[in-house]
Amino acid sequence: MMIRREALPLLLFAFFALMPIAASFGPESYLLALVTRVMVFAIAAVSLDLILGYGALVSFGHAAFMGVGAYAVGILSSHGIKDTAIQLPVALAASAFFAVITGALSLRTKGVYFIMITLAFGQMAFFLAVSLAAYGGDDGMTLSGRSQLFGFDFIKRDRAFYYVTLVALIAAYALCRSLVVSRFGRVIRGARENPQRMAAIGFPLFHYQLAIYVIAGTLCGLAGFLMANQAEFVSPAYMTWQRSGELIVMVLLGGLGSLHGAILGAAAFLLLEEGLSGITEHWKLIFGPFLVLVVLFARGGLIGAVERLRGKGGA
Amino acid sequence: MSLTLLYVQTLNGLQLGVLLFLIAAGLTLVFGVMDFINLAHGVQYMIGAYLAAMFTAMTGNFFLGLALALPSALLFGLALEFLVFRHLYDRDHLDQVLATFGIILTLNQAVKVIWGAAPLSVPIPDAFSGSIVLMPGLLYPVWRLVIIGSGLAIAVLLGILVSKTRIGMLVRAGATNANMVSALGVDIGKLFMIVFGFGAMLAGFAGAMVAPILSVEPGMGDNLLILTFVVIVIGGIGSVRGAFIAAVMVGLVDTLGRSFGPTLLRAIMDPAAASQTGRALAPMLTYILMAAVLFFRPAGLFPAKK
Repeated sequence: MMIRREALPLLLFAFFALMPIAASFGPESYLLALVTRVMVFAIAAVSLDLILGYGALVSFGHAAFMGVGAYAVGILSSHGIKDTAIQLPVALAASAFFAVITGALSLRTKGVYFIMITLAFGQMAFFLAVSLAAYGGDDGMTLSGRSQLFGFDFIKRDRAFYYVTLVALIAAYALCRSLVVSRFGRVIRGARENPQRMAAIGFPLFHYQLAIYVIAGTLCGLAGFLMANQAEFVSPAYMTWQRSGELIVMVLLGGLGSLHGAILGAAAFLLLEEGLSGITEHWKLIFGPFLVLVVLFARGGLIGAVERLRGKGGA
Repeated sequence: MSLTLLYVQTLNGLQLGVLLFLIAAGLTLVFGVMDFINLAHGVQYMIGAYLAAMFTAMTGNFFLGLALALPSALLFGLALEFLVFRHLYDRDHLDQVLATFGIILTLNQAVKVIWGAAPLSVPIPDAFSGSIVLMPGLLYPVWRLVIIGSGLAIAVLLGILVSKTRIGMLVRAGATNANMVSALGVDIGKLFMIVFGFGAMLAGFAGAMVAPILSVEPGMGDNLLILTFVVIVIGGIGSVRGAFIAAVMVGLVDTLGRSFGPTLLRAIMDPAAASQTGRALAPMLTYILMAAVLFFRPAGLFPAKK
């Protein structure tokens, strides 16, 4: 059973690793771009699952971190600094900084108020981006090209970028997985189940929760870095509250608190969006009710459904 | 920065505040009494505007249209409650967020299919078109005054309803402790349904009233919804009084910030940059206000739950 449960993420990564080979027989650049997008959002969703699924911290402003990461790329590159060796650390540091400030304030509140205050910070980041007239304001800005590494265009080709994104996804997943099973992760989960008891045992929960919030925000900044590079475009639209909502939907759709569920959810969300919008321009008329039905009838998301099926098969 | 402009913008802010209150009143009760996060509440506002536009076009009279739109908005809200929302009351907030997010997507698109993606416009009723002179040199559109007046009237009525009547007492009790109310033999399911339908109708009314001055378009409720959440969080979830005060605060801060922020910034920046930055930073003011309120009073100004 344990082996089978661990097989799912391996299966997912194997699929991602082999997909370009299959894609080379079809519309290659389209498929590469689509699945790269899936992986970028998977990183964001995994980082959200870390605080949402394991910490029960419902952040409704998570897209802001993606925006911060993306804007770090955009702003640096518009000043001619296009090297990843500078861009990536700045993107991560900026996201981490934003997370420290907003996390320290938000974590003073609980429950619904936490949802709302994270939403407020997300909106502030959005309007701040709109106000950056020098960097495109409302319209956003186009990058002059993808980031370099020591002067070398290492992700210029789509396939190279695809594998860089895959490596980033696997690294993010491995980091989150090792955090979750560590003592640190057990404290976080303990705080989810019973904060009073954890505090009574003597854990400074605020510091633990702030730490996981900052880690999640930083990882999401990584997704933003990749996102800016993929689209070669940065705009405030990356941090609308609807985008934050979509990230929550991805995590829930896949199944809360399993990490690979978030990857599955991101893939399901984006592929459904892509597939349905190919069929009809009114694809939201199908997708919206689908979400409602998932909530009403398929508790635990896709992972829950898979495990229920497996439970039936095993019994 | 003339005084006249200040008066006009204060009235505009009041009008936005009244509008926010009409939407927030239902949302804060649904939130407070049922502990239900309804992201789809902004859609009720949009539906109200569309229904008013449709019935006005059919009957040729705005008030006839409004009279038809209100019961339709109520029925629509009740149908949504019956089909979806009542199955979500005992779920956690995340499930509610996901399901109501799905409903937003569905209804925004459905509106586009039924009425088209282009904005509809509703003419201002003849009797209330034009502007009137409030003070020498101060012209103000009559219809905006009508919105302010009707919103204030509803606020007063709602205040009486909530504080003086039996149903209002049950609603307040429900916002404080719903389980206890249920244990005392009140049909809480029915109470939920009444509160929900009433909230939907108020939001619909707000949508109908602004239909003549805004363009009626898909997604028009989405951004207002977030502002409404800011209002109810500042006011304290479940408190109608708190919602009113917070709505007026947010309306004034938002409007005055937008119109005078750039002017004030011009003192420290060059004019072009000041107007661009000011226009974009002004919307942040409301969120800064909310973060500040939550920092000092983590449960809002007038929390219903003790």
